[in-house]
Amino acid sequence: MSTSELTTPGLGAGLRDVLRSRFLLKLLVAKELKVRYRGSVLGILWSYVKPGVQFLVFWFALGVFLGMNRNTENYAIYLFSGIVLINFFNEALGNASRSVVGNGGLIKKIYLPRELFPVASVWVSAVHFLPQLLVLLVACLFAGWTPGFFQIFAAVAGFTIVALLATGLGLFFGAANVYFRDSENFVDMLLMIATWASPVLYTWTMVRDGLATAFSAGAASVLLVIYQANPLTIAVELFHFAFWLPTTSEITDPLIAAPPNLLDMWLPIGLGTALLVTIFGQWTFRRLEGRFAQEL
Amino acid sequence: MTTAIEVRGISKQFVLRHTRSIKEAFVWLVKGRKGDLSKKFHALDDVSLDVRQGESVALLGLNGSGKSTLLKHISGVMLPDDGTVRTRGRVAGLIEVGAGFHPDLSGRDNVYLNGAILGMTEQQIDDLFESIVDFSEIGQFIDTEVKFYSSGMYLRLAFSVAVHTNPEVFLVDEILAVGDEPFQRKCIAKIMELAAAGKTLVVVSHDLDLVAQVCERGVILAHGKIIFDGPVHDAVAHLRGGSI
Ligand SMILES: Nc1ncnc2c1ncn2[C@@H]1O[C@H](COP(=O)(O)OP(=O)(O)OP(=O)(O)O)[C@@H](O)[C@H]1O
Ligand SMILES: [Mg+2]
Repeated sequence: MSTSELTTPGLGAGLRDVLRSRFLLKLLVAKELKVRYRGSVLGILWSYVKPGVQFLVFWFALGVFLGMNRNTENYAIYLFSGIVLINFFNEALGNASRSVVGNGGLIKKIYLPRELFPVASVWVSAVHFLPQLLVLLVACLFAGWTPGFFQIFAAVAGFTIVALLATGLGLFFGAANVYFRDSENFVDMLLMIATWASPVLYTWTMVRDGLATAFSAGAASVLLVIYQANPLTIAVELFHFAFWLPTTSEITDPLIAAPPNLLDMWLPIGLGTALLVTIFGQWTFRRLEGRFAQEL
Repeated sequence: MTTAIEVRGISKQFVLRHTRSIKEAFVWLVKGRKGDLSKKFHALDDVSLDVRQGESVALLGLNGSGKSTLLKHISGVMLPDDGTVRTRGRVAGLIEVGAGFHPDLSGRDNVYLNGAILGMTEQQIDDLFESIVDFSEIGQFIDTEVKFYSSGMYLRLAFSVAVHTNPEVFLVDEILAVGDEPFQRKCIAKIMELAAAGKTLVVVSHDLDLVAQVCERGVILAHGKIIFDGPVHDAVAHLRGGSI
């Protein structure tokens, strides 16, 4: 009757299976979004309203009242372009870390590529990222932003770095969370650090100057390289380059504006690191997934 | 005859106490890994089983004898510690109906989601949607969130999706308990129709009359070992005789 071969069930092909199950991925993402906005009148519009209001608050409170604009031109845009990216990272990694345990009921009963769950979490977060990006774009246009090829390239690269990083770490912590529920608390802590460990609220020159006064010249330069090699730092700087820099004038110090070698050196380093993290995450996930059904 | 399911000497050990905190594991490591972190027992112990294509097998045994665990190995949800499992063609496990159902989604959304989870394509679900709803007799409730369904309605829709996935190998675990009498009869008729169409069936049930009706071969598990394998009527007699 059937001509197919005998195969061993339960051995998937990892992320490649996710590519094959695009329809299921789409449904899982749609499910998340539907469940999240169930029973609310504005529905997905909320994800436009919230960042919009957030930006206005930044603009007034930080830029106008606290006078942050004196140090950093268009501080609200500087801040917001970093924050949308970090928001995306936080939401993606936080949800991906919980996704495997959260879908335990399913994983215990039916075999399907389990990588789908962390990937779907990252995807859902990307859907929430879009409205924030739109708010940012509108603000940028008001501030006189005109996009060029390099700006769009940098934005896409920054987003890709964060998406890969969140997928890789999400696979790792999502799998680890099955064995040790402590993982999700660890991730929460990590996310809190992530906001401060990248130049979202401040400029990278403050880190350089701070390190130079606190440490000897040699140590300071090593620490600065470590700081700059953080893929999140690179991604945030790429977003600054793409969205904030074109809105500034000549009064902004070109060094603050963009760290040297951002596009030709740090960008490939960031992408490479993020890719390695994804491969590492996938590798650990596959080693651990064999026992998911019995541990959940 | 070709083999549909080939189980070769599989064993599975489970721990009796699960460690879930880093602290306990750390203490255990620091103390030089003395003792076992957790006690283990065999849920499956050197089980071998061959099922031919088109055969319908009843998997019987007392509670906790390892029936569900064996089905999970055949569907690939669990991997054995030792031994191998191989299957031919698409396997659909009704390990628990409606496992992929989300209470906050409508019946319609759940049909698509569950169908995709069980391996159907978008096109297949589109084509079979009418038929799925008809079989379930859910009718106008299809756009209601399934959390408002009665447990029988829930089962009907889930069972209906599962039988429409059209797999080559069908694993059924204790699923007919909730439906009302007419629907149970309809399900049994459907299962027998699948068997007649040459599908391979492995049915777990404590309803001995039912399995005797549906299956031809009976396999009895006790404490993770196969203790009987033969015609289903002999297996039922064996169990009823209480000789295990
Ligand atoms: N994930 C798990 N971790 C630890 N022990 C488990 C796990 N899953 C099953 N067991 C144990 O394995 C044994 C066999 O369980 P199984 O569910 O296969 O029994 P069963 O034959 O299906 O019983 P029933 O007739 O009650 O459905 C039981 O003792 C159960 O406690
Ligand atoms: Mg069982």
